[in-house]
Amino acid sequence: MENLIYAVISLYLLSTACYLAYLFFQKEILHRFGYYILMAGLLCHSISIITIYIRTGLMPVRNLSETLSLSAWAVAVVFIAVRHRFKLKILGIFAAPAALALMIAASQFPRHTGPTKEIFSSFWFIFHVVSVFIGDAAFALACGVGILYLLQELAIKHKARGFFFRRLPSLERLDSAGYACIVVGFTFLTAGLIGGFIYAKSVWGRFWSWDPKEVWSAVTWLVYAALLHERLAVGWRGRRAAILSIIGFAVLLFTFFGVNFFLKGHHGEFTRF
Amino acid sequence: MMDAKPPKGHTPTPDILLIGLNHETAPVELRECIALSETDAEAGLESLSQSPDIREVILLSTCNRVEVLTVTGDATQTVGHIKALLSKTGGIEQATLESVLYTHSGVAAVRHVFRVASSLDSMMVGEPQILGQMKAAYRLATMKKTTGMILNRLLHRAFFVAKRVRTETGIGDHAVSISYAAIELAKKIFDTLEGKKVLLIGAGEMAEIAVEHLARNRIGTIFVANRTFERGVQLAQRFKGQAVRFDEIEALLLEVDIIISSTGSPDVVIRRDQVKGVIRARRNRPLFFIDIAVPRDIDPAINQLPNTYVYDIDDLKGIIEENMDDRLREAAKGERIVDEAVIGFRRWYDSLEVIPTVVALRNKIETIVNAEIEKTLSGFDGITESHRQALHRMAAAMVNKILHNPTLYLKELTRYEAKAITLDITRKLFKIDE
Repeated sequence: MENLIYAVISLYLLSTACYLAYLFFQKEILHRFGYYILMAGLLCHSISIITIYIRTGLMPVRNLSETLSLSAWAVAVVFIAVRHRFKLKILGIFAAPAALALMIAASQFPRHTGPTKEIFSSFWFIFHVVSVFIGDAAFALACGVGILYLLQELAIKHKARGFFFRRLPSLERLDSAGYACIVVGFTFLTAGLIGGFIYAKSVWGRFWSWDPKEVWSAVTWLVYAALLHERLAVGWRGRRAAILSIIGFAVLLFTFFGVNFFLKGHHGEFTRF
Repeated sequence: MMDAKPPKGHTPTPDILLIGLNHETAPVELRECIALSETDAEAGLESLSQSPDIREVILLSTCNRVEVLTVTGDATQTVGHIKALLSKTGGIEQATLESVLYTHSGVAAVRHVFRVASSLDSMMVGEPQILGQMKAAYRLATMKKTTGMILNRLLHRAFFVAKRVRTETGIGDHAVSISYAAIELAKKIFDTLEGKKVLLIGAGEMAEIAVEHLARNRIGTIFVANRTFERGVQLAQRFKGQAVRFDEIEALLLEVDIIISSTGSPDVVIRRDQVKGVIRARRNRPLFFIDIAVPRDIDPAINQLPNTYVYDIDDLKGIIEENMDDRLREAAKGERIVDEAVIGFRRWYDSLEVIPTVVALRNKIETIVNAEIEKTLSGFDGITESHRQALHRMAAAMVNKILHNPTLYLKELTRYEAKAITLDITRKLFKIDE
């Protein structure tokens, strides 16, 4: 298991190196290598996660290390989907380092697990976790795309066409990729939250208990709902959409980690270490 | 090599000679006079190829350069013929001509041809037209049968070098004309220009060229607005677009994606509040203004509105300057490729000399014979030194006898064309170049 984790980290590291080299040298072969290496890393990563699941029958989110690892996995999965759909290869300069950083963080925390409850294997629990993680990863990428959009728009508006202008795709492509990430993220987050409510009902007998995690999840959901609504209603796009997707991700990060560390609540066990 | 004095007793390898003028040496008034029409060029090729000293000749004439490339047996005479021809067709005195002409021979001429073909010598470094013009000049010369083995080889190498420079360096990567720069920008805003609607306000050469370039990108409807509606209708017909009245512009802001403006109006034609008013109704779709007019037609404050981008003529010129700098940097890489190719060509050209070929041929055969003798002898016992020497003497006599006739034949070749081909074949037959 240890070895597999290090293999995953090395592959993500190699992929990151390829993508960064691509950013500077613009050689097709580099991002292609980065992409395939990331896929190889994801394969090893999936094996390690499935192994834990098969061995214990529990979803591997029993401590901070496993939670981080699962986040890295979700980022890689969503990136590969986005890359496939939008040919947005430059996004690799976010996705690969993000997956790498999460994995390195995961390897730094102890991997022993405290007492776990039966419920970790319930269907709604797994559904809730997987959906929310995929959704959050999509939002992370939307944030990355948003940053790229802002860089490119700044270059075009200020007529200062430098390093990024040449390397980044068109505004329209970045905008539609960002939008797609938000739609995917929102769909999965919504499904995940519903799964969470159903699960809460089955365990605690009520859907909603004003727990900080629940409140902040609702806030996050509302931010993205507002973004989508504005887009559909008045065609909010471009700069404002990009900024809002970055803000949305900041709120999401707080919901994901901040709440557990600062506010306590019933999700604490997933991030203990 | 090429510049060395020919050894006595056999025909010297002829020299490659290039005479010409270009945008750097001659002012445009002079270039205009000398530039040859196709009929001029044909006549020139014919008259030059008739002089006995000129063995091969190609004439290249563009608006930026006139060059005569020859293979000559007598450089001094050839220079005279070419100058006479240029001064006659251009109607210019020889003395004036002298001051703007450059002459390259041998390696320098080869390098020059490679650089011209690769667009390293162009006024606009990296512009792609020169290669086509050179190909046309070469085609004309082959049709007139004024080229032979050396120029054929030289030109084919030149086209090959030009292709390498284009694909391996970024010499032609970025736009260096206003209209291309505008299109490059448009592609950084809109991913594809397909189906994008364009509004042309006013007329003007640069704006029209830009629209023509855009039209090649399968854009949607082109609207043309002009103060004089009739002129607008004419232009619209040219672009298969739609003429609109000047006061319809505001309404069109809702619909179009790219606006190219180039009117002679002293005031702005499109104001910030006009654009601001339509942003919401456009559902924030991006809007790209290209303002080629001086004074400007588009209020520069429009650039601050969300999802709207305004580029005026100075901005576009700035882009071109930057791109030009890039091209020059890439050109340095191109020069390296040219250097390499010059060395390769020189090696081939040198091989056309008779003596080196004869020597190389002899060396090759002697090496083989001696190696075989030693191999055979090493299998026998009791061979004395005198036996060994006798065998070597016999082998040397055989080599001499075998090579006697070929050597004589090569040395006595007089017609340069036949010589070049025979030498080439000899080297290939015996794989001398390895």
